[in-house]
Amino acid sequence: MALRVSDLTVHYRTLRGAVKALDGVTFEVGDGEILGLAGESGSGKSTLGKSLIRMDGRMRHVGGTVELDGKELPIGDDGAMNRFRYKEVSLIPQYAMSALNPTRKIGKMVADLLDSHGVRYKSVEEELGRRLDLVELPAEVLGKYPIELSGGMKQRMVMVISTLLDPSLLIADEVTSALDVSTQKAVATTLAGFRNRGFVKSMIFITHDISLTHQIADTIMVMYAGKLAEKAPADTVVRAPRHPYTKALINSLPEVGVQYAERKLAGIPGSPPSLLNPPAGCRFRDRCPLAFDKCGEQPPAVEVAPGHLVACCKA
Amino acid sequence: MRQYFGRKLLIYALTFFAAVTINWMIPRFMPGDPIQGLVARAQVADPASVDAMNAHYRNLFGLDVPVWEQYMNFWGALLRGDLGLSIWAFPTPVSDLIVRAIPYTLALLIPAILLSWWAGNRFGAFAARRKWLDNTILPVGYILTATPYMWLALLLAWSLAIVAGIFPVSHAYSFSLTPSWSPEFLGSLLAHWVLPFASLFLVMFGGWAIGMRNLIIYELEADYSNYLLALGARGKLVRDYAFRNAVLPQITGLALQLGTIVAGALVTEIVFSYPGIGYLILQAINSQDFFLLQGVFLFIVLGVLIANFIIDAVYTLVDPRTRVRLQGAGA
Repeated sequence: MALRVSDLTVHYRTLRGAVKALDGVTFEVGDGEILGLAGESGSGKSTLGKSLIRMDGRMRHVGGTVELDGKELPIGDDGAMNRFRYKEVSLIPQYAMSALNPTRKIGKMVADLLDSHGVRYKSVEEELGRRLDLVELPAEVLGKYPIELSGGMKQRMVMVISTLLDPSLLIADEVTSALDVSTQKAVATTLAGFRNRGFVKSMIFITHDISLTHQIADTIMVMYAGKLAEKAPADTVVRAPRHPYTKALINSLPEVGVQYAERKLAGIPGSPPSLLNPPAGCRFRDRCPLAFDKCGEQPPAVEVAPGHLVACCKA
Repeated sequence: MRQYFGRKLLIYALTFFAAVTINWMIPRFMPGDPIQGLVARAQVADPASVDAMNAHYRNLFGLDVPVWEQYMNFWGALLRGDLGLSIWAFPTPVSDLIVRAIPYTLALLIPAILLSWWAGNRFGAFAARRKWLDNTILPVGYILTATPYMWLALLLAWSLAIVAGIFPVSHAYSFSLTPSWSPEFLGSLLAHWVLPFASLFLVMFGGWAIGMRNLIIYELEADYSNYLLALGARGKLVRDYAFRNAVLPQITGLALQLGTIVAGALVTEIVFSYPGIGYLILQAINSQDFFLLQGVFLFIVLGVLIANFIIDAVYTLVDPRTRVRLQGAGA
């Protein structure tokens, strides 16, 4: 197993108390696997992604462990984590358009970054050229400033930079949310290509767009209010979801060829609970059409079929 | 690039023309008549003599022709490098007065501005990542910057010069000495320079430090900083990047300050009776000296324009975004 996350709990410190953004999440990502992480805003998917590479100042590691290739990641210790960043765990951020220092030539910035990890620029220069070629960027971009590149070029540049040292785990955090639909597909395919060529061993692809995830992910994990709702092979999640939340999420997607003037697109009524003081029991209970007495207790994630985990007592 | 600077030069030329015209007009709109003051100084009682003197002086200063002709004559003289005679220090030429005052102003302001800029930026960047500094020294900076400058200068003069007697209170050198390159005279010059310099440095330092602190905090939270930190870049690299980007607006601020250098520090020079350009402005206004005022203002306009032009050029070197805009984006 490339990545093994057990019972990970992460809170945000706020003036009103701890926001329990991630509450005992357990899952695994295998070698060569692309895990699609889906959920609405506030479900904890971005918090999970950040926890695995760099927590921001307000986040606190409360409990649980993260193991990558058999070694435990010191996720709560910013200094100790530096050894693993970039080489073992890397990130393609949501803000790829502004991720490059505007006053530094891109090649120089890459050299500075490599230097931080004791890697000589010369030793990877050739590989860098090959990868730029792969994403159809001319080698001249290295001598340019970020402002001289288009948005799509910057996006591809960041993808190449983030994966340059062949990290074991790549976290792609909402990388497609700022792109138009045709570019979204291209970016997703490029990322899958990186995995196929072995640039990255495994990947967590965070998005709120289940249909896009379905195109590249092997497994999809759906989160709700800081907890795992359902995790299954991508096809199973889309075609035969078991958790009522996943079902509602899939149902709220538009289908090709359907006139929504005649049939209204289903949404999910209500909104997720506050994570400042989350209610006991199943967190989807208030919005769930199937809820009954037993939902007052937290349902454990049960393996209903091989590789298919569902946290619902009705499933 | 050439087109960019050509256009800039044209704008600067137009600005120069307009500013100099306004400078010519301002003293002439002031109430009162400078010639009367000059004649009164001679203490002549005989009305005929007074009339004769009036006529003589009006002719001498070129005030006996219509206003539009005075304006033409003014430009003509200016292009020949002639700034006219001072009324206040009659009959010293204005250019002599300015040349005499400029070394004092420059020796006071250039070190004060440059050193406070450098030290303030360094300190602000440093304070931004030290909580205790942020909480202790920075409020002092706020107080320094918010203090009316005049009051701070007076306080310094009072405490360090009058009460403690460490430094002399006023003037640029001791009147018991004649200007020369002797160590004694240079020492006196330095001792007189410390207080006005320190008062300027303190106030400007606070301003730069606060500005830099805020800018650097903003840059350290920018996306490129977060990206580098997530990829485990050394803290020093991220801070260096942030500093370089944060310093850009500060360069503009420096340009504006440098431009006003030639105006002298009016209040400083008055408080410490320091014989720089600011002191000249005060004298010129007091004695309605059109020509001295015009001459000093001309220097200020030139100073601001030249400083701005230099900064325009520096900006194209330090900020690639300006350069790209000049040449048109690549792809």
